[in-house]
Amino acid sequence: METNGAAVVQLIDVQKTYRSGEMEVHAVRGVSLEIRRGEFLALMGSSGSGKSTLMNMLGALDRPTRGHYLLDGTDVALLNRDQLADIRNGKLGFVFQNFNLLPRTSARENVELPLLYGKHQLSNQQLREKADGVLASVGLKGREDHHPSQLSGGQQQRVAIARALINDPEVLLADEPTGNLDSRTSIEIMGIFQQLNDRGMTIVMVTHEPDIASFARRTVVMRDGLVRSDSAVAQRFVASVELGKLGAADDLVTAESQR
Amino acid sequence: MRLGSTFKIAFRALRRNKLRSALTALGIIIGVGAVIAMVGIGNGAKAQVESQIASLGENLILVFSGSTTASGIRTGWGGAGTLKIEDAEAIRREVPGVTAVSEEVQSNSQIASGNQNWFTRVLGESAEYFDIRQWALATGAPFTPQDVRSANKVCVIGKTTAAQIFGNDDPIGQILRVKNVPFTVTGVLTVKGLSAQGSDQDDVLIMPYTSAMKRVTGGTTLRSINVQVANASDLEPAQQQIISLLRQRHNIRSGRDDDFTVRTQKEIADTATATTDVMTGLLGAIAGVSLVVGGIGIMNIMLVSVTERTREIGTRMAVGAHGRDILTQFLIEAVSLSALGGVLGILLGVLTSKLLSLWKNWPSLISPSSIVIAFLVSAAVGIFFGFYPARKAARLDPIDALRYE
Repeated sequence: METNGAAVVQLIDVQKTYRSGEMEVHAVRGVSLEIRRGEFLALMGSSGSGKSTLMNMLGALDRPTRGHYLLDGTDVALLNRDQLADIRNGKLGFVFQNFNLLPRTSARENVELPLLYGKHQLSNQQLREKADGVLASVGLKGREDHHPSQLSGGQQQRVAIARALINDPEVLLADEPTGNLDSRTSIEIMGIFQQLNDRGMTIVMVTHEPDIASFARRTVVMRDGLVRSDSAVAQRFVASVELGKLGAADDLVTAESQR
Repeated sequence: MRLGSTFKIAFRALRRNKLRSALTALGIIIGVGAVIAMVGIGNGAKAQVESQIASLGENLILVFSGSTTASGIRTGWGGAGTLKIEDAEAIRREVPGVTAVSEEVQSNSQIASGNQNWFTRVLGESAEYFDIRQWALATGAPFTPQDVRSANKVCVIGKTTAAQIFGNDDPIGQILRVKNVPFTVTGVLTVKGLSAQGSDQDDVLIMPYTSAMKRVTGGTTLRSINVQVANASDLEPAQQQIISLLRQRHNIRSGRDDDFTVRTQKEIADTATATTDVMTGLLGAIAGVSLVVGGIGIMNIMLVSVTERTREIGTRMAVGAHGRDILTQFLIEAVSLSALGGVLGILLGVLTSKLLSLWKNWPSLISPSSIVIAFLVSAAVGIFFGFYPARKAARLDPIDALRYE
């Protein structure tokens, strides 16, 4: 599925300046960026490039010092704390590097969390049905009652993805989603992202691994608070193919060790 | 309105940390339990004192002989012997509403029978004394007005005295020597128990006051006069009339102090219960301190909890929690803990006071109002001590909270 025209995210000369003591730190110096519905964008850059700050602003966790951020037509730069929270709840989904699941809490209850802070109050039955549905869609059917400590890293990240998807967001924001995962699990997670994207989900993903960025459709590279390059991914990886290659390699290793 | 969801969230969070929740509630459990038990025991003591005062008899006025100063030495109440037998008769005759009067003399004497002897309180009274004190006889009969008029050598004795002198033998009709004067025992009194001051009321020997004055004390004055009136409403007018009657009889000019003291039973009760009120207050205050300590425990745990759950708070904010949601969640957690602690503390307090009254024989009285107040106070403790940590959590910046390690 191709991108379908309408811009869901519009950054217009966005700047962010932090003040630490006497020093002014210009984390983002002026970024203009348009993300269309259905895009899968990888945001790259070394540490200190401003990509995390930009991600925080995209995630409505932070407001730009100057400039405008239009999310689905709303200027996020003008909203107060509670309105930002409502935007995060209704229009955005977050996936973190360290999963950020509530400990000692079942997968289902973790996924239900955004619904509890939503506009509509749902019955326990409705909460359960919705959460179980999304968990099944990321391949975690049967693990609804498992606690994070009983799940592998990849499974925990799937729970986090389910949590991000439960309110049907406009944009899925992922901050180094594969940073704590091995390569096979990373590709599996990219597989989920590609499936979601194929069904029309807009995804913005921060990563510093070029391999992982190759699963996206578009790459934006930042340096010193500015966008240095913005290009379509030339040779796009497809998760199922990459997994197949890994499988073949594994078979080879197994065959070698059995000889 | 998402308060319902917030309750759900708070209870889930409490359930996740069962042990810590239980330990936090323990502070309040002990605090509330201590308050309930201590105030219960205090009130029980007060009720006991009140019933002891009531055991003096109903609608009683006590007239005590005053003190005198002789060569600079003051004798204390009852020491001067300013009350005469005629004073008692005047009260009986002239004060309206009076139903019974008992002239009283008192001495502490060695008494003996056979080879047993005992030191006890010897009271001289009129025959009406047993009605005034509502003190029935267990066996035998009281002495009569005729015995009083004739100063007969008869007496009745309390249970303790009977046991000390006669052991298991029947004392009725036996001869008992008071200061070597032989008296015949006509009756044994029923058990009255301890007085408000803690003395054994059954360790007593009661004889006609005339016999006591003539044969034991040798005096001609009364220590006190017990007066009973018909109704509680008669107490104060009768008290005033007795005062003016006695001042007139004793020729006391206006402006001079009385040489006697008149106390109504209500005044005596108020004085006695004032002590237990202070005791109840002190016990309650000490227990209240433990309740405050319990509250500080809640604040401490909630602060630790907020710090420990910073990432969780960040996650909640990232998925759309308002500051208010976080504040409410932590407040509900604190209040749930303290209210739960309150309920369990009430149970503990009731149980403790029941056990103490069984084991130590301390009376306890737990009023429904003290239970309601204890519960409300424990909930208020939760709000008060939970607010600061909750506000701290609500004011966290989501980005900092998410990054917190």
